[in-house]
Amino acid sequence: MEGRDIAVSSATGLPRSRSLEASSPRYGEKAIKAFLAACAFLSVITTIAIVVSLLGPALGFFKVVSPGDFFFKTEWAPAQDLFGVLPLVVGTLNVVFFAMLFAVPVGLGAAIYLSEYAPPRVRKAVKPVLEILAGIPTVAIGFFGVSFVTPLLQDLWPGEFLDGPPGFFNAGAAAICIGLAIVPIISSLSEDAMSAVPAGLREGGYALGASKMRVATRIVFPAALSGIVASIVLAISRAIGETIIVLLVAGNNPNLTFNPVESIQAMTAYIGVTATGDIATGTVQYDTVFAVGALLFVITLVMNLISIGLVRRFREVYE
Amino acid sequence: MSADFEPKSGRVRFAADGARAATLASLHRQPGGEVLRNRIFAGLLVAAVSIALLGLALILIDALLEGRGRLSLDLITGSTSSDADKAGFQQSILGTLYLIGFVILMVVPLGVGAAIYLEEYADKGRWWNRLIEVNIQNLAAVPAIIYGILGLAFIVRGPLGLGFILITGSMTLALLVLPTVIIASREVIRAVPPSIREGALALGATEWQTIRRQVLPAAVPGILTGVILAISRAVGEAAPLLLLGAATFVTFNPEPFADTGWTALPVQIFQYAARPQEDIRELAAAGIILMLAVLLLMNSFAIWLRNRYEQRW
Repeated sequence: MEGRDIAVSSATGLPRSRSLEASSPRYGEKAIKAFLAACAFLSVITTIAIVVSLLGPALGFFKVVSPGDFFFKTEWAPAQDLFGVLPLVVGTLNVVFFAMLFAVPVGLGAAIYLSEYAPPRVRKAVKPVLEILAGIPTVAIGFFGVSFVTPLLQDLWPGEFLDGPPGFFNAGAAAICIGLAIVPIISSLSEDAMSAVPAGLREGGYALGASKMRVATRIVFPAALSGIVASIVLAISRAIGETIIVLLVAGNNPNLTFNPVESIQAMTAYIGVTATGDIATGTVQYDTVFAVGALLFVITLVMNLISIGLVRRFREVYE
Repeated sequence: MSADFEPKSGRVRFAADGARAATLASLHRQPGGEVLRNRIFAGLLVAAVSIALLGLALILIDALLEGRGRLSLDLITGSTSSDADKAGFQQSILGTLYLIGFVILMVVPLGVGAAIYLEEYADKGRWWNRLIEVNIQNLAAVPAIIYGILGLAFIVRGPLGLGFILITGSMTLALLVLPTVIIASREVIRAVPPSIREGALALGATEWQTIRRQVLPAAVPGILTGVILAISRAVGEAAPLLLLGAATFVTFNPEPFADTGWTALPVQIFQYAARPQEDIRELAAAGIILMLAVLLLMNSFAIWLRNRYEQRW
């Protein structure tokens, strides 16, 4: 009865108390929305907290040590008041460079194979295995470096090449281990980018008589380039931030060298070793942890933003 | 010839150039050379995949060979001890269980909540929502050791000032894996088709009722997979814990809220692996096997879940 009433009244267009507005203010709904928004906002708070916790002590550090000394002097020995960060930065670059030398060809080769060449059955088997490699903890890879890669390099080293053979701690073995750890990042993100290239472009190439290799390297690869570069930049960012492997395999010797046979100290390794040790809080030596951390954060931030921007570009084009 | 066809997008032009070059090459080439080059290229690709797979295999085999002598129940039940032959991982295993338990308690509601907000409520045109998105993507790639610094400066000391207790490790690890959980959950929620939501809304359900009764049930398996994968990353993460007072030598079982010292499995392994003594290295390898076995189990379960409940709409 009542239902019929309402139907009639709205059909005649009479203004009644029943409208399409919600019948109650629904505070519960609003509270839930506010809670969920707070969850999302926590990420912003995290970033702010990271910046604040790095910036405060880092600024304190730069009151004592001039930025010029920090960035351009070539000796790093905080215990003796030598605060030139270059050896740590070069140590990181040394490891990252050789890691990329290993990981880029292997990762891209795997990506092209999986996206363009592999039969579906092989693809279905190999992809999860690469995911497992991505999930291996860095402690395990570091141990592998110490117990397998370094001895292997020492055995196979061609005589005096690069003042070799490598010592117990060396940058080269760490680079190979980090390379293994980041191959899955490059292969999976690059494969995503290549798979997103429309089939029509490939078919066009084949229709013009191109071979499979030419389609893969001249059509698919350039078309997926921004995604591929994004994956490499992200991998570099990961390699720069890797701590456990460099600590175990490359050692803790601030050493301004690009030679992979030598022991070095990466930025992350310095932070890991120093913050664990017994240095009194509030001293300049303690603040170095935060200064190096701030530098590390800024470098990886720039890399991440480049990578995020590039991924966005290839998504916009094809998805 | 190019005058009558002028592609607009740089990519299409790129592709067309490639295709043109390929055609020209195919008209001028000696067929044998091209075939050979194709073979070599395909061979190199297979080599690349093989190197990656070989690396994984060697990591596993090396740990097994080095640590097989110590694989027994004593490994789990034995306490930390200066005598390497008797030592086990009981304290660090318990520490990791506590750590991960609290990580799950924190990360699931926060991560899924943030994902729901970003997918279902947030207006993508607003700058603050875009900021949150980019921010989360960046946080996912911030080095773990930076989270350690955050935990040390903000949670152990500073504003929260909890001291060197186990729960600070949980909070730091939770912040570390939160972006991964959010990103994975968002993808799953996004995959639920809009028609499901529209159907519920058309029947008079409120926004939250639609999410709770329709969207979330459809997304639960995928979210679970994402959570497990994120958690397995937290299980093996040692770097931030180094800064949070995860001590080496703890001979008694840890308490999550007491300031009595604590450790975790990956930290303990790291400390052992750094020692030169043969028998301690063996212990580290055995610990790695233990950890990898647990992780493999978790990952297989996650992949099984994904395949079992994967929905095609």
